[in-house]
Amino acid sequence: MTLVRDREVITSPWPTAEIDGEVPILSLDDWNVRRDELRGGNAPLGIRLASDQGADTVADDVDRFSVIELEFPTFKDGRAYSTARLLRERHGFRGELRAVGNVLRDQLSFMHRCGFNAFEVDGEDAADQLRLALRELGAWYQWTGDGRPTAARLRRSGQTERVQG
Amino acid sequence: MYRYDEIDQAVVDQRVAQFRDQVSRRLSGELSEDEFKPLRLMNGLYLQLHAYMLRVAIPYGTLSAVQMRKLADIARRYDKGYAHFTTRQNLQYNWPKLEDTPDLLAELASVEMHAIQTSGNCIRNVTTDQFAGVAADEIDDPRVYAEVIRQWSTFHPEFSFLPRKFKIALTGAPHDRAAIKVHDIGLIVRRDDAGNLGFEVVVGGGQGRTPMIGKTIREFLPKAYLLSYLEAIMRVYNQYGRRDNMYKARIKILVHEIGAEKFAQEVEAEWEQIRHTATDIPPEEEARVRSFFSAPAYRRFDGTDAGFAAKKLEDRAFALWVRTNVVAHKQPGYAIANISLKPVGKPPGDATADQMDAVADLAEQFSFSEIRVTHEQNLVLPDVAEADLYALWQRLRDHGLATPNIGLISDIIACPGLDYCALANARSIPIAQQLSERFSDLDRQHDLGELRLKISGCINACGHHHVGHIGILGVDRKGEEYYQITLGGAADEDAAVGEIVGPAVASDELTDAIENIITTYVGLRQNGERFIDTYRRVGRAPFKERLYDAG
Repeated sequence: MTLVRDREVITSPWPTAEIDGEVPILSLDDWNVRRDELRGGNAPLGIRLASDQGADTVADDVDRFSVIELEFPTFKDGRAYSTARLLRERHGFRGELRAVGNVLRDQLSFMHRCGFNAFEVDGEDAADQLRLALRELGAWYQWTGDGRPTAARLRRSGQTERVQG
Repeated sequence: MYRYDEIDQAVVDQRVAQFRDQVSRRLSGELSEDEFKPLRLMNGLYLQLHAYMLRVAIPYGTLSAVQMRKLADIARRYDKGYAHFTTRQNLQYNWPKLEDTPDLLAELASVEMHAIQTSGNCIRNVTTDQFAGVAADEIDDPRVYAEVIRQWSTFHPEFSFLPRKFKIALTGAPHDRAAIKVHDIGLIVRRDDAGNLGFEVVVGGGQGRTPMIGKTIREFLPKAYLLSYLEAIMRVYNQYGRRDNMYKARIKILVHEIGAEKFAQEVEAEWEQIRHTATDIPPEEEARVRSFFSAPAYRRFDGTDAGFAAKKLEDRAFALWVRTNVVAHKQPGYAIANISLKPVGKPPGDATADQMDAVADLAEQFSFSEIRVTHEQNLVLPDVAEADLYALWQRLRDHGLATPNIGLISDIIACPGLDYCALANARSIPIAQQLSERFSDLDRQHDLGELRLKISGCINACGHHHVGHIGILGVDRKGEEYYQITLGGAADEDAAVGEIVGPAVASDELTDAIENIITTYVGLRQNGERFIDTYRRVGRAPFKERLYDAG
């Protein structure tokens, strides 16, 4: 497994915190037990949410985490896409949002648009895979919090030729 | 009809390039079949009993003559010279080769078509009324909203890995010809008291092993909020829809388990949070899309065409066809012409490449180059001058496309069944053929009137048997093909799920059993009422009593 951060391959609106070394990653259960002890500290801290642990579980604490990992137990379990958008767009999480588990190349561009900016991917060429995957689709119809212009916005400003086929 | 701009074209072109790469990785062995499966499924490519099957999206059932000709060309070059129109207004090729599929998709892209999201647990092709834009009873043209939904749902980053597949249908008319109440989301165009346009939102309908009629969760949604409201529904479903059991994963189960009221509250709460984001399109984008659906340059006619009226009197065969296949148009002097793909003894919904070319030619000559596909697996020329109907009918007859049976007992919906499908328990097509032969007498069919007969080869219900006035479901009984009969289903605004009428029958007894049902109906009907009206009046008992009578 290789962890690829998107700033290594593509620009992103989410300013990933520069992290030196390993950040301790807690489970939600651990966090709930140790919340009072850890809530006030500044040491880098991460949390990992299972796919059935939604954004609400950490809504009040997102500013405490440098890293939030969201699990894809199988690629078919798409709950973390919603969790990611809610963490970014509703709860204002600005740290590193990592996709972990069964993360496939052909899903990376979806994840990226939902606010993930770090990906645990199989293979030595993971960074290249990510670079390719994020370039495969150059136009999007939907608004998300990543601020990329939608098709409707490009049309309104007469910039449809910006999209490369 | 809608035409792609650079953005729409780029999206499908990029997809073709991406899939070409995926197929080459599969052919080189870099990807195993297991790894390739989710990728091909996202492009509508299934592995069936005998071969790959490619499902092509026909967005909201609208085709140009140019597109139809391309579909015929592909049928000749990459398939065995025919194609199959489905109950979701799509088209299927049953024999493409894997290595050809990237080229096939590139051919589609050259005429602004694709196979995106025709399979997989994502938002599928949005469907609507086949008479959209021309129906006399329409409030607003649903194609405008269908195209907006098509774009919004294409590669939606959040909703491409849902608990299960997701189908949206909408109608712009109060008479529902799109079966919207048996869809995951059904939208009905409404006007509020002030005359503003919007939608009644229906959620949680569906067929399959747990048939349900959708529930209204909002009486009126102003049209400007269409996408944010859909997004709220999808987000609630994506988070809370069941993922532990694929048979309980459709939204209908979630709505049923937590109740429509609670589900509506969840959606409303989510919508409150996102209705002011940029999720909805601005009014100028709606206006841009709407401009593609303006009415064609109709000729002016005063009153009914005299020649048309005369031909109906002199040619009985033409008059019969007009009676069933021609529908009132909103424009004076024009008519909607249905083309039946249900000739006696042929697989429902199949068309040969030559027939597809003929329909393209006739659309160019008589219908402003436009064609519609219906969820009943027929075709429509939406804009034919009454004065041209006779000439059109003669040409259709030359190509075996003038069967006068729309809405009658032989206008059967059937899934591909065990002849093609890997999921089926029993064959559907031979049953449809058998029944259409038994009831081939046109006078008898016309006497029986509207009768919706629908056949599914398994409980997944692709043949819509639950909502047939008469529904037939293939079941496997110790390796034998048996058929269960349901009565009283309906797919329109009075949607209902049919009731099982008795134990399943063997395939060689089925036609006689249906004959008994018909005989019972004819004996009971009053004042020319339809089969479904008689059934609703008298209930199941008299039909059940006589179901197994020896013929």
